[in-house]
Amino acid sequence: MNAPKTLYDKIWDAHVVDQADDGTCILYIDRHLVHEVTSPQAFEGLRLSGREVRAPKQTLAVPDHNVPTDEGRAEKIEDINSRIQVEALEKNAQDFGIEYYPVDDIRQGIVHIIGPEQGWTQPGMTIVCGDSHTATHGAFGALAHGIGTSEVEHVLATQTLIQKKSLNMKVEVKGELGVGVTAKDVTLSIIGETGTAGGSGHVIEYTGDAIQNLTMEGRMTVCNMAIEGGARAGLVAPDDKTFNYVKGRPHAPKAAAFETACAYWKTLKSDPGANFDKVVTLLASSIAPVVTWGTSPEDVLPITGEVPSPSDFEGPKSDAVERSLDYMGLRPGTRLEDIEVDTVFIGSCTNGRIEDLREVAEIMQGRKVKPGMRAMIVPGSGLVRLQAEEEGIAEQLVAAGFEWRMAGCSMCLGMNPDQLSPGERCASTSNRNFEGRQGRGGRTHLLSPAMAAAAAVTGRLTDVRHLM
Amino acid sequence: MDKFTSLTGIAAPMPLVNIDTDMIIPKQFLKTIKRTGLGVSLFHEMRYDPDGKERADFVLNQIAYRTAEIIVAGDNFGCGSSREHAPWALLDFGIRCVISTSFADIFYNNCFKNGILPVTLPKEQVDQLMRHAAKGANARLTIDLEKQMVTSPDGENMNFDIDPFKKRCLLEGLDDVALTLEKEAEITAFETRHQLAMPWL
Ligand code: SF4
Repeated sequence: MNAPKTLYDKIWDAHVVDQADDGTCILYIDRHLVHEVTSPQAFEGLRLSGREVRAPKQTLAVPDHNVPTDEGRAEKIEDINSRIQVEALEKNAQDFGIEYYPVDDIRQGIVHIIGPEQGWTQPGMTIVCGDSHTATHGAFGALAHGIGTSEVEHVLATQTLIQKKSLNMKVEVKGELGVGVTAKDVTLSIIGETGTAGGSGHVIEYTGDAIQNLTMEGRMTVCNMAIEGGARAGLVAPDDKTFNYVKGRPHAPKAAAFETACAYWKTLKSDPGANFDKVVTLLASSIAPVVTWGTSPEDVLPITGEVPSPSDFEGPKSDAVERSLDYMGLRPGTRLEDIEVDTVFIGSCTNGRIEDLREVAEIMQGRKVKPGMRAMIVPGSGLVRLQAEEEGIAEQLVAAGFEWRMAGCSMCLGMNPDQLSPGERCASTSNRNFEGRQGRGGRTHLLSPAMAAAAAVTGRLTDVRHLM
Repeated sequence: MDKFTSLTGIAAPMPLVNIDTDMIIPKQFLKTIKRTGLGVSLFHEMRYDPDGKERADFVLNQIAYRTAEIIVAGDNFGCGSSREHAPWALLDFGIRCVISTSFADIFYNNCFKNGILPVTLPKEQVDQLMRHAAKGANARLTIDLEKQMVTSPDGENMNFDIDPFKKRCLLEGLDDVALTLEKEAEITAFETRHQLAMPWL
């Protein structure tokens, strides 16, 4: 009998082209997503060495990181450097025969939102992109991770990557989530538990009933932040929810091919007794709606808590906390619920899907954004935006005082004009609260869409359960 | 890619933990279609005040460290975004080696593609090198990749582990793509098998 395998082992084994004696492998890549910021140098490298894209049909390109989110962008992107990058991507896609969604295409959006949306992301695949949040696609039971630009070039030229296998880690979330607790709270709480380096060298498989009970959108939110926990990738074993989500999408297998694929996809789970090098277990009932207070995603606490003091930590972390409290303009002992915000950002590949917008709409029912606040919603894709408009969510949220933007990464990283000014404080559904991430001197508190909506209503970090 | 064999140079101490790639090179500098020219923007927000003047207290602005080729850093260096602009900026500034207790995965890989050697050492040794680095320009470290050894200014040797394949690529300055394309026949054979096994792909 074969030794029991984890889900990661199975996907890995199915993609090894060649293995050297020291364990270095050439790993085959099924799907490659490309965006404008991390690819120009890779295409330039191809041209300089006279190479072609090996598998253009397995490659999909879209501009998302630096595109403005106003409606005028289809005519002209004002920022010259952004425009050059977007034009370069378009030209590279044309020259090398790659499917491309321009900014005025309804399918345009954040790479990690449109992959699943187009059925491009499927269980059992290997998927890469020059972006660390490629881990998102792991929600389908696909091995998906970010790569650097040299590796982008490597994949374009060879459709493979040189890799060594990571270790297996299991994160189990047991039981049922409480009222007001969402996938975002789960993933942030896991990072709070393991730290940002806790998953280093590992691929995480998320299991347990709390994970299984999440929707596909929720699982994407969880896997999205595997990278913030230091892991190479996150995985959730595919099940009927996964298959139903994929079925019927433009790039999904059709008819009989779907059935064949499904039969294989059903084998994609860790065998009983498979070995995990590291196991972390959380009780769903112990997870509360959370927010971050510092400048690392591990700086997370239940909203009912207080800003900690540097003396609560040891060694270099204590210095880092001192620095981050100074940057964040916060004093130890302040109740998190007393922290006032002036900006609310709802969007990103973590929380820019339709379910996230519905979550916001539900909290905003009969409520308004507090006057004077800047509250923006940036749907993750043109199709998410359209669906929200069709469901009446857009109209409701605009009436409540939100700005309704075009799709893109936007204030998640502030490469486009959507940025915080120095000292501005933002309740954000994105995934990184690093210094300057959303704009130089800007202060970011990460939280769920429901919690972001609550903050929009009150103008401060707020326990969403008070509004339910 | 330039080879990396050995290096003796000034080491700048950066004891902060979790130095992320947004700190190493902020997003406004990612709007480039080139790999070069990023050195002046390295650590931009720590290095310059909002008017663009150098901050005297930032390590790389101090006379002793302006020509540093090595950084000794706190835990989990290079976490966050996958941007290869981070190693490009380090390289463009002149940094060829970073020493820490741990590195984020993607950053670690990216270094090797650009001729930068990331060295992982246990905490006590990193702390010791940090103390040496803090002494300024006379405290030069030597890194010998062939021997996998860091030598401190007082002559102490510290061995480090490194993946043999990555070591060879750095020592010889090899281009991975060309190496992989030597296996072209295997890749084609794999594609045929894979297509048969998963015809829906
Ligand atoms: S939304 Fe943010 S995290 Fe996601 S791909 Fe865009 S910039 Fe990266």
